[in-house]
Amino acid sequence: MDSMSIVAMASIIAAGFCMGIGALGPGLGQGRAVQGALHSIAQQPDERNSLTRTLFVGLAMIESIAIYCFVISMILVFANPFWGFVIRKAGG
Amino acid sequence: MEVIRIDQISPDMVILLQWGYITINATLVYTWLIMGILVVGSMLITRNLSTDITVSRWQNLLEVVVSGIRSEVRDIAHEDVDRYFPLIGTFFLFILLCNLLTFIPGYVAPTSSLTTTAALAVVVFFAVPYYGISKQGLGEYVKEYFRPIFIFFPFHVMGEFSRTLALAVRLFGNIMSHEKIIGILLVVTPLFFPVVMQALGLLIGLIQAYIFAILAMVYIASATQAHEAAEHKVAEKKA
Repeated sequence: MDSMSIVAMASIIAAGFCMGIGALGPGLGQGRAVQGALHSIAQQPDERNSLTRTLFVGLAMIESIAIYCFVISMILVFANPFWGFVIRKAGG
Repeated sequence: MEVIRIDQISPDMVILLQWGYITINATLVYTWLIMGILVVGSMLITRNLSTDITVSRWQNLLEVVVSGIRSEVRDIAHEDVDRYFPLIGTFFLFILLCNLLTFIPGYVAPTSSLTTTAALAVVVFFAVPYYGISKQGLGEYVKEYFRPIFIFFPFHVMGEFSRTLALAVRLFGNIMSHEKIIGILLVVTPLFFPVVMQALGLLIGLIQAYIFAILAMVYIASATQAHEAAEHKVAEKKA
């Protein structure tokens, strides 16, 4: 198997695994964050605005982790840094 | 109308003009478009401001936006609202308008390019020590880096850099990923689902603009307010 197909295969498989595994942690984390927020809102409905604001900030920070994984997957699929080198080597 | 192909990861790669060392790419064009809309729109609306009971609806819109941002900043900054309000308001309005106009065909959000978001994050990176030093003085600001215990200095420095990187990549990742997803969905299920995803994209853009502005405010506030908490504790211990 030449290096071009190895690089292509490895990139695609890595991109798939990266996004798949990377979505697990933030999903669980955001679920627990919303659970805590709902619990607090149920206990103190007057503070709803402040609690919702804090919830959104926390959700965005947890979301960042999933975004990092997505960016790596996108880079592997669309802007692969090794692809140009391998193409040039195969071209001769 | 296709401005950016699906395999181009950011509008930086769409080069419109190249003249010597100067390249005009799509990011620049759309950034200046957003700046033009903000500046010209504000100039037009604030030409005849009125303090009566009845105001024009555009002035009402601007008042709602400005007072909303001001109350958010006051929640975090407590007393120095007017000092930080222009910077945070600019972040919020610029990123909000960048993200919200994505439903217009042929428009690519400039925040979907890592260069724009990195520039905004670098502004926050320099704004934090600037406001910290101008409020507390250089010695007190540097002492804050050693504050819980002497050994925490490299962690604080690493924290500064990683916070800046996180700000840039969070905004870039959210907006760029959304545009790519809509592009891919248009190939797979073209009729209804992309419209729903575009509505979700508007919501995501709004939330990300809010998050960026609020996080910038929180970082600046943590650099300027920590000193007061420590001073209160020292004063209480003495009294």
